[in-house]
Amino acid sequence: MNQFITVSISDMKIASSPAAFVTYALGSCIGICLYDPAAKVGGLGHIMLPHFPEDGPEPQVNRYADTCLPAMVAQMERNGCLRARMTAKIAGGAKMFEVADDVGFGNIGARNIAAVKSVLQQLQVRIVAEDTGLNYGRTVYFYTENGVMVVKSFARGVKTY
Amino acid sequence: MAIRDLSQLDALHIDVLKEIGNIGAGNAATALAQMLNRRIGTAVPNVKILDISEADRALGGPETPVVAILAELYGDIGGIMMFVVGKSSAEQLLRELLGGGNADCLNMTELERSAFSELGNVMVGSYIRAIASLSGLRIKMSVPAVTCDMVGSLLTVPVAEIGAVSDRILFIEDDFAGAADTIPADMLLIPRLESLNKLMNSLGISL
Repeated sequence: MNQFITVSISDMKIASSPAAFVTYALGSCIGICLYDPAAKVGGLGHIMLPHFPEDGPEPQVNRYADTCLPAMVAQMERNGCLRARMTAKIAGGAKMFEVADDVGFGNIGARNIAAVKSVLQQLQVRIVAEDTGLNYGRTVYFYTENGVMVVKSFARGVKTY
Repeated sequence: MAIRDLSQLDALHIDVLKEIGNIGAGNAATALAQMLNRRIGTAVPNVKILDISEADRALGGPETPVVAILAELYGDIGGIMMFVVGKSSAEQLLRELLGGGNADCLNMTELERSAFSELGNVMVGSYIRAIASLSGLRIKMSVPAVTCDMVGSLLTVPVAEIGAVSDRILFIEDDFAGAADTIPADMLLIPRLESLNKLMNSLGISL
């Protein structure tokens, strides 16, 4: 069995087959699995927010959709992947809390989903599967051997994409 | 100098936050004792500044099921407070609050959810009253929202929601000990940074 490579919050890793990744407990965060089936190279990113701020004191590229994804694609290309062959599978972006007197609260998940989709479109990477939104936490496993993404949650059990 | 990141807090600031944690926990224990109609003591709360990943390890690992009760803070202090209890302790609390039953927090009924929301009201209310009376600031809170899920998926929400510039949170670890058993519970305070500056200023502490 595979030894899983753990991707933490605001983190991104690339590896080639037969490596497998895990990222735990995505709430409003999003896990993005990029894969080149010919090169058998995959990457997993765990972003927390949509857009890189102008003046953050701690610029953490992998924390934001619009900086993590271009860096991830570039790193995969340096590892022999072709943009045209790359596909994406995404999970997360949930609304974990319903605050009764603030309807705007919890929309960060939806904003993350929108940002990830628009950045992937700009990068011309196709999304082939998604398990996003709703109101529960997800753990994501991603296998570079075959590009399969497995999503585990208390609410829905185990789902394979 | 205004702080821009929790890591810029020094020992004095931490002491102040500890004192707030102490008073808040004392108030919360009294309120909880009244709700449960039994004696509740508290340990001295442990105030730490942790990365989210360290905080979820402190709570048993990212996939540990917990009940989280979250309230938004408004007024002079903006931010989020979250009260986190392990799933089985939360179920024990529910049985006490509702007088028996076989609660499963992953499938909460409306009654169980509102019992937790009321508990959150009391606990978070105790803390913010402590902060308010020490600082003279006006603080209001939202009706608490209740979710049971993996702790990691819940801890990131307040940080993402207030668009914090770093992944650090203020972690107030409390154990509420009753006559028979201890209820391990943690209170997380994720203040907006401008609010933290305001709080320290109102307490006469320069940053």
